Amino acid sequence: MHFSAPLPLQSGASLSDYTLVYETYGTLNADRSNAVLVCHALNASHHVAGMYEGADGGKNIGWWDNMVGPGKPVDTDRFFVIGVNNIGSCFGSTGPMHINAATGKPYGAGFPMVTVEDWVRAQARLADELGIRQFAAVMGGSLGGMQAMSWSLLFPERVRHCVVIASTPRLTAQNIAFNDVARQAILTDPEFHGGDYYAHGVVPRNGLRVARMVGHITYLSDDSMAEKFGRGLRNGDYQFNFGIDFEIESYLRYQGDKFSEYFDANTYLLITKALDYFDPAMEFGGDLTRALSKTRAQFLLISFTTDWRFSPERSREMVQALVRNKRRVTYAEIAAPHGHDAFLLEDPRYMNVVRAYYDRVWQDMNDKTKTGAPA
Amino acid sequence: MNFRELSVLRADLAFIAHWVREGSQVLDLGCGDGVMLEYLQTDKRCTGYGIEIDDAEIPACAARGVSVIQQDLEAGLAIFADNSFDTVLCLSALQMTKNVEGILRDIARVGREAIVSFPNFAYWPHRVSLMRGRMPVSKSLPYEWYDTPNVRCATINDFKELANQVGLEVLECKALHDGKPIAFLPNWRGSLAVFRLRKK
Repeated sequence: MHFSAPLPLQSGASLSDYTLVYETYGTLNADRSNAVLVCHALNASHHVAGMYEGADGGKNIGWWDNMVGPGKPVDTDRFFVIGVNNIGSCFGSTGPMHINAATGKPYGAGFPMVTVEDWVRAQARLADELGIRQFAAVMGGSLGGMQAMSWSLLFPERVRHCVVIASTPRLTAQNIAFNDVARQAILTDPEFHGGDYYAHGVVPRNGLRVARMVGHITYLSDDSMAEKFGRGLRNGDYQFNFGIDFEIESYLRYQGDKFSEYFDANTYLLITKALDYFDPAMEFGGDLTRALSKTRAQFLLISFTTDWRFSPERSREMVQALVRNKRRVTYAEIAAPHGHDAFLLEDPRYMNVVRAYYDRVWQDMNDKTKTGAPA
Repeated sequence: MNFRELSVLRADLAFIAHWVREGSQVLDLGCGDGVMLEYLQTDKRCTGYGIEIDDAEIPACAARGVSVIQQDLEAGLAIFADNSFDTVLCLSALQMTKNVEGILRDIARVGREAIVSFPNFAYWPHRVSLMRGRMPVSKSLPYEWYDTPNVRCATINDFKELANQVGLEVLECKALHDGKPIAFLPNWRGSLAVFRLRKK
């Protein structure tokens, strides 16, 4: 969907016009009360669920297909689910590789810095166009969870339930440090050309590979890496060179290679900055309780015990701030072994909580319809 | 959920529910499947939170519309501010914790009143078991000594003493059996001890 009205951004800059690519699943009901917005994390897109079949026979399954779909925890037989690609991304919505109408050239490094709040404001315009005044739920994992939280702060009346999974109210110094290593890998790649690599017909592939490798390490737990790879050797013996000795090296390089083929380097820079900047408590002197006093939604928070990127402690901070504001909040802390990645994986304990919660959202919606009270 | 439904499901909880005032802010420690909070929310207009550690109970609470926070009671109640609840419930949970005294002090900190229940170790069949030289196994203490989650055994008289020490005044104390209060020889004939307490 194209938006011709300029979007003012938190940085003071603005986007003169922009396009948001989105996908929907299920059917919007007559009173438009069953919409669920799913916000994506760093490297995902609007393609939340279902399967595309490419002309070449390649298949592309939605990134949260285990969560969203008919009969799934977020049941698209009940809810109208929207997946939206954020601005600055490289999956169709206006981003750095698109032509800037003002210059006739790709934005490149000139694409304005975007924040979580900017994304949410852009999403709100999409909701306006779709005629959705209030979402039954806004949900997301990791960076997507930040967007859900931000929705509950920027548009408290438009969110009935806010589902925040494996997320954090702010990045730690360690999180920012990892992000900056990733950015430096891209920024110092000779093929980066100050962000205008499109004009040179190249891609800062090495920078992207290293960025992805660093990122990927933070998504896995020490235990899951040990179990999956251990000190396993690729060729049965030490090679005594700088090629691939260990399975983990092979795995990370493969992940890096794959990522560098489809992801845009400018997008990676932008999104890691959006992560770093997110801190709704900042304007309240770091007091998250005061920051969350604006919320009106009911919350579901979930964390995973082995997630050291956004640890359960960060989720507990949010729970405490919500409890101190007397908000309704359900919090599950899942003892999953997979680290941060657990939010994308199938774990019955995790899925059962989300399913039960959405069952209740559905039941409350129907109870209200029956008694004639406003939803 | 109405009172009759609660009485059928859990007679002990139905008795205790009388002690919770309408519209109270309630914290339920070890809330299980959330049945008590659901009743208090729907029938007595209460609001509040449950604390529960068991993975299997969290979806049950969510399905009942109960705000549950998954956490080990031993980790304390630091997320809650002082005096943030009218009533703190700790029903058939305290005997499973190691740091009983610490938890009771935290209960006294966050709540104005508290209701605590636990299996009465001085219930007569337990005494008979001990007289015979064996640890009691009964409906209220259904485990063998080596696999019981009930790591603290107390009697009604024991608890009175500790409650006082941690700053809780005993307002009422009942011994229940099958959910009904026992008037005659309560510390012998009651299998469940229930205390209504107020911060001193």
